[in-house]
Amino acid sequence: MMKTAHPHTLDALRPGESGTILALHTTADLRHRLAALGLRVGKRVRLLRRGRFAGPLHIRVGTTDLMLRVTDACCIQVQRAHG
Amino acid sequence: MKRVALIGMPNTGKSTLFNRLTGAHAKVGNWPGLTVELLSAKILLGNEIVELVDLPGIYDLRAQSADEAVVTTFLAQYRIDLALVVLNASQVERQITLLGQIARPGLPSILVLNMADEAAALGISIDRDRLSADLGMPVCLLSAKYGQGIEQLHASLAAALRKGAGAAPTEATALDEPSLDAAIKASVQIPAHASHALTEKIDRVLLHPWLGVPLFFGVMFLLFQAVFFVGKPIQDAMAWGLTAFRTAVLDPAFAGLPAVLSGLLLDGIYNGLGTVASFVPLIILFFLCMAIVEDTGYLSRAAFLMDALMSRFGLDGRSFVMILMGFGCNVPALMGTRVMRSRGLRLLTMLVIPLSLCSARLQVFLFFIAALFPAAIAPVVLFSLYLMSIASAMLTSLLFKPRFVNSDPFVLEVPPYRFPTLRQMLLSGWREVGHFLRRATRFIVAGVVLVWLLTNFPAGAAPGSAETWAGQIGSFLNPVLSPLGIDPKLTIALIFGFVAKEIVIGSLAVIYAQQGGELMTTMAHQIDWVQAYSFMLFSLIYTPCLSTIATIRTESHSRGFSVLAVVWPLALAWITSFAFYQTARLYWP
Repeated sequence: MMKTAHPHTLDALRPGESGTILALHTTADLRHRLAALGLRVGKRVRLLRRGRFAGPLHIRVGTTDLMLRVTDACCIQVQRAHG
Repeated sequence: MKRVALIGMPNTGKSTLFNRLTGAHAKVGNWPGLTVELLSAKILLGNEIVELVDLPGIYDLRAQSADEAVVTTFLAQYRIDLALVVLNASQVERQITLLGQIARPGLPSILVLNMADEAAALGISIDRDRLSADLGMPVCLLSAKYGQGIEQLHASLAAALRKGAGAAPTEATALDEPSLDAAIKASVQIPAHASHALTEKIDRVLLHPWLGVPLFFGVMFLLFQAVFFVGKPIQDAMAWGLTAFRTAVLDPAFAGLPAVLSGLLLDGIYNGLGTVASFVPLIILFFLCMAIVEDTGYLSRAAFLMDALMSRFGLDGRSFVMILMGFGCNVPALMGTRVMRSRGLRLLTMLVIPLSLCSARLQVFLFFIAALFPAAIAPVVLFSLYLMSIASAMLTSLLFKPRFVNSDPFVLEVPPYRFPTLRQMLLSGWREVGHFLRRATRFIVAGVVLVWLLTNFPAGAAPGSAETWAGQIGSFLNPVLSPLGIDPKLTIALIFGFVAKEIVIGSLAVIYAQQGGELMTTMAHQIDWVQAYSFMLFSLIYTPCLSTIATIRTESHSRGFSVLAVVWPLALAWITSFAFYQTARLYWP
């Protein structure tokens, strides 16, 4: 039987891992800005690195690199991609 | 006159395009109804002169940061004949939504895809003609940085202005999100793994978990060193030249004038302006270096590295970058806080920025350190003042964090590393210097004239003596400032430092009627190092200057906050100097 991956929030990804955005649980204002930065449902995100001492996440979506805090990444639900 | 507005997201090279189109002729101006100044220029397009306005970079018209409000208000209140929507060609896939929010039937628009060089390097291909047909508006693919494609933009601009409303998208053009996405999908090919290979390599080092922060401070330290290594001899040479000019030319030329008039012109205005002028080379170098660091994209890495620490102080990575910018000049740093949406975060950042040891204060410290400390420990003394600057900023944010709550999400773009062209560096450096000089000269001429009047009147009083108005003010404030080791003459300098720190040394020169080396010797006889350090601490922390206060007032739109931003640093300065002076006096009586 194939293992089905559970949805995770973006901050659960490990450096080098990717995921597809399933949902953005946030205010409309932030959702607009995230969308303008390329974070939309269906887009693939890769976690490049994490900042020291619970610092921000460095992620890539499409051709754009972004940083965002763990507290903000928590509201982005992703499906972890394998391989 | 027709008006063209330049609208786009941050990090799209919008300002570079503006500079490319206008040269260095742009003017900063006030627009009634808007809370900020905008850069605009008149340029020749085809055979008519049009006004080009650079609007702040924004992500989304529906959002609510100060910058976005400016653009929304501008679009609502001012007629524009043409919208120039600037997007990053390699990120057009996500940025195209902004076009949908701005373009509308009846508004002639041109889509500019900038940074075509980067898109090409990533292997992105764009079918410009097809995109233009789908969107119902001209599309220009160009590189503002290298000047490629500018002629085509000029031609499109001229044609669109000639056609007027005929150049606007028609009702038939669908500019909703799905249609825009479809248009991009049809015309833009992006390789599956488009990434900036060099940027990844550099980031692996500069954002290294352990090396990142030390490297950052190392780089900044070297930069400061380089600025002074190159700038100090130039400054000394200018100061020497200005004094020589005065002795050789001005003193004999003005000898025939009444003493009052020649005193005002030479001791007041010439010495005052000379002080600023000799300081300009350092400022130019400093701004040039900051512009390079900013343009390369390293500052956003600094935000990444420092965010975890700053969050404990109720600030974020951007606040740290603003504090760094504040080391140059507090005013642009204060204006930089406009990108913050949370009012709490913005006000807290605006409260700590004025504690940044700006280049004007640096000039005061360099003077006092040279006069009162042996050369061997001078760098350590200066470094301790930088530490005090950061410590007072941290203390302030810790204390006021509960009052100014930061609810701002922290999501920032990390642009690829870019090396600015010489042209870009010179242009941005030149613009900053222009701002600085306009601000500085206004205050300095007035300030130095005032110091001269206060230290030379009422008539009959010996210049700089206790009988002059300045002396009377100094004695009046003596009970408050003598516990800090600050004597009446230094008090006058502090009062004028409130107007602008650039005047402090100039006013000491006027008060003691001496200049340069002579003045240093006098200071070394009049006060000891404990007094000097106490004076420097007070100068560091208390109200930076009138321009800063004015900026805080206009940016915060709050009188109460502006009062706090004046009173709190004043109190902190007094407490810090008092604690230092009284403790140090126990050991060095």
